[in-house]
Amino acid sequence: MTDAARIPAITWLSQLEAEAIHVLREVAAEFERPVLLFSAGKDSIVLLRLAQKAFRPGRFPFPLLHVDTGHNFDEVIAFRDRVVGELGEELIVAKVQDSIDAGRVVEERGDGGSRNRLQSITLLDALAEHGFDAAIGGARRDEERSRAKERVLSFRDEYGQWDPRAQRPELWSLYNTVVRRGENVRAFPLSNWTELDVWRYIQAEGLVLPSIYFTHERRVFDRGRHVLADSPHIVREPGDSVVRTDHVRYRTVGDLTVTGAILSRAETVADVIDELERAQWTERARTRADDNFSSAALEDRKREGYF
Amino acid sequence: MSAVPPHEQDLLRVAVGGSVDHGKSSLIGRLLLDAEALKGDQLDEVKRGELSHVTDGLRAEREQGITIDVAYRYFSTPRRGFVIADTPGHTRYTRNMVTGASTADLLLLVVDARPPGLTEQSLRHVQLAHLLGIDHLVVAVNKIELVDYEPEAVTAIQHEIAATARRLGLTQATVVPVSALEGDNVVTRSTRTPWYQGPPLLQVLEDAVPRSAAEYSPLRFPVQWIVRDGAYRGLAGQVSGGYLNTGDEVTVLPSGERSRIARIDSFDGPVDHVRGPLSGTVILEDNLDVARGDVLVSTDGAPQPAREVDATLVWLGSESLTPGRRYLLKHLTRRVRATAASLRSVYDVYDDEKGDASELALNEVGEVTLRLATPIVADPYARNRTTGAFILIDELSHDTVAAGLVRETRAQIGSDEEQKSPDVVWHPGKLDRTERWQHLHAKGATVWLTGLPASGKSTISTALEQALVHRGRLAYLLDGDNVRHGLSGDLGFDAASRAENVRRVAHVARFFADAGGIAVVALVSPFAQDRDLARRLHEKAGLPFIEVFVDTPLEECARRDPKGLYARAKAGRLSGLTGEQNPYEPPPAPEVTIKTLEEPVTDAVERLMALLGVVG
Repeated sequence: MTDAARIPAITWLSQLEAEAIHVLREVAAEFERPVLLFSAGKDSIVLLRLAQKAFRPGRFPFPLLHVDTGHNFDEVIAFRDRVVGELGEELIVAKVQDSIDAGRVVEERGDGGSRNRLQSITLLDALAEHGFDAAIGGARRDEERSRAKERVLSFRDEYGQWDPRAQRPELWSLYNTVVRRGENVRAFPLSNWTELDVWRYIQAEGLVLPSIYFTHERRVFDRGRHVLADSPHIVREPGDSVVRTDHVRYRTVGDLTVTGAILSRAETVADVIDELERAQWTERARTRADDNFSSAALEDRKREGYF
Repeated sequence: MSAVPPHEQDLLRVAVGGSVDHGKSSLIGRLLLDAEALKGDQLDEVKRGELSHVTDGLRAEREQGITIDVAYRYFSTPRRGFVIADTPGHTRYTRNMVTGASTADLLLLVVDARPPGLTEQSLRHVQLAHLLGIDHLVVAVNKIELVDYEPEAVTAIQHEIAATARRLGLTQATVVPVSALEGDNVVTRSTRTPWYQGPPLLQVLEDAVPRSAAEYSPLRFPVQWIVRDGAYRGLAGQVSGGYLNTGDEVTVLPSGERSRIARIDSFDGPVDHVRGPLSGTVILEDNLDVARGDVLVSTDGAPQPAREVDATLVWLGSESLTPGRRYLLKHLTRRVRATAASLRSVYDVYDDEKGDASELALNEVGEVTLRLATPIVADPYARNRTTGAFILIDELSHDTVAAGLVRETRAQIGSDEEQKSPDVVWHPGKLDRTERWQHLHAKGATVWLTGLPASGKSTISTALEQALVHRGRLAYLLDGDNVRHGLSGDLGFDAASRAENVRRVAHVARFFADAGGIAVVALVSPFAQDRDLARRLHEKAGLPFIEVFVDTPLEECARRDPKGLYARAKAGRLSGLTGEQNPYEPPPAPEVTIKTLEEPVTDAVERLMALLGVVG
């Protein structure tokens, strides 16, 4: 018999980790051609570690895919290439610029125009081109209200659309992975994680993140409630503040035209956790300018195929 | 409320249920708000509108003011993390209650303090949660500000809850009077309810003991993934019962082979033990052929792999279950075909037994027997919530149509393939088989030809029948079309009817072979499970059974099409044609395979004759 006392207690993070590993392996085993979406953001960096735990010493049973808006922070792209090189796994880059050049999408101009929404088309095209039937992403239910109802395996029809009223019930940890050709799923192993859980896991595992997650001096300006980077990719609007230099960090990486910074002096993971525990704003509200169009903005984009 | 160091904090999963308009979503909003889990922007929304807007995430829900889908919310206190599944109150969304409850440790039931208090729908939620193995109930009697903070309503509900808890055998039922609107007794004790002596709701949730993770069960380790790297071959999975211990003897099911755990690997190096629900990668001492879907179990208390399962189903599909229908069954890491062999009883939403158990409809609960094409390694749900659970998937729509709970398993398909009438006993004749066959110079057998429509079964079988009779053997052809003229004239072409047709023909063939004849059966018989039944029937009777796969590509069958079936199906005038609209399962290990594009009929017939011991 086993002496239960010698075995450490199951903690909250280890439960979340086990659940995520289980999802990764189910997707790898039951779909023909899965892919892991890798943005070099903190959530996808956590996904890579979970994939290592699920599949090492073997290779990942899926390639990595980055949807590149062309408006990314240089340090994030450099970080992405270094991490993927060290892992020795395959990376596919799908460029929004290529979709624009091919006439698949038209660049948005003027107020609120960004490439963030164009990503959906580039993503769907990449899934179709490579025949991917499952795309694993780092989205979490705590990010936004309509995400709170997202399944761990979220079913998309052949147009990549999400029908929130016809979701498959998800019982126990038994996932229904049966799809027709052309249909696909989005898989979210981090569904039950909060932003704080992600940071605590990064701390526990000693994961390295792109430098923009920590305090640095940057040329920024204010647009409404948002602090945006001074960049040639951003068309300035009346009402924007003058450019100044400030101590900022980012809570998400993404298209720099819509990813807002926060004023912060957090230098380490521990500082960030400390800051988060006292945070006043949820992640998306301050840092994703385009979600604020309406409170149903993300739900609409998800229906269109956005991640 | 003392702080617990992070490495000791655990996670509590709470399903929230209750009737429409009793304030479930508002109470969750209040709980999150007062636990200071809500961040600034959500607070803005709350101030702009309703508390429930925090959880009602979809636009249709906000427009209609109701909750449609399960919403998951997260917050933590210094004691533990919480996963809250807010489940819709409407009867037609019962399936979401089941979804939320399937993973929950406890049920938080929200009940309006005003009459009628506990409704049938709230009791239904308690019943469903109990069915799914939740025996810890916390009742928040909400809107006490509307009964002027008086104790009478709460006391009445408390009595009713106590009675329900006794009836169901719940281990714990706690009642807390709260006001979601005002915040009374949610996070802190209210001064307006001096008659209530218990802790506030949040503390009740913090003190709750999570359901144990089947630690005291014998080992159950479903193999989820084979990790390969050169010669390295690790069996990766999540512990679903008991412990993995280095050095322990294990049995691999369903094969039954034994080995020992040589090592348990993790990304951070080898470990000595792993407990559920954590995951590990096992290296066995012996190089056994283990695949995804197999289960490692402790050799003591190893269950029998099950081919037949008695189960409770909560039906979630819009199309009803009827006996005879086939589904895909997902259990642990295995997906198998299952047939609903019988439906014994059906209960409606309010737990009343329905007299008519001919079908199981949306939101109903039924007791069924399922027959599986491939065995699963299961425990009763009452003993293990992971190895005892499964889902059914509709083969055509791909929808998840049922939540299944294993009650009892059997290693063999039940004896009702014999379907004896209860008061009839088999009447033994004066002759035994050997004597009969010797005197008749006969040797009985059944040759069973299976294949797509127009694959060539009839051509081969008529030639075989003729050749056998010409050589003085008593052979008789049981042709699929012919049996449908009389013996099976009452049957259709759905899966259940096809199964019944195969069963009847199998019994007739067995009688004939027992008599010393050679029964030549030419039947599409598309399902492996049905053919297996015919085979078992013969094997049990000690009679030879030769399965012949007439292997002709679908395109060729459609080209030949002597009866015009494919043409009619193509024109939409015939539905359910095997190969076109309905699946055909080729036999995995037939005694004989005839590729009609390559082998002339005469050669095929000679091969079969040789196999039957009939020469020249």
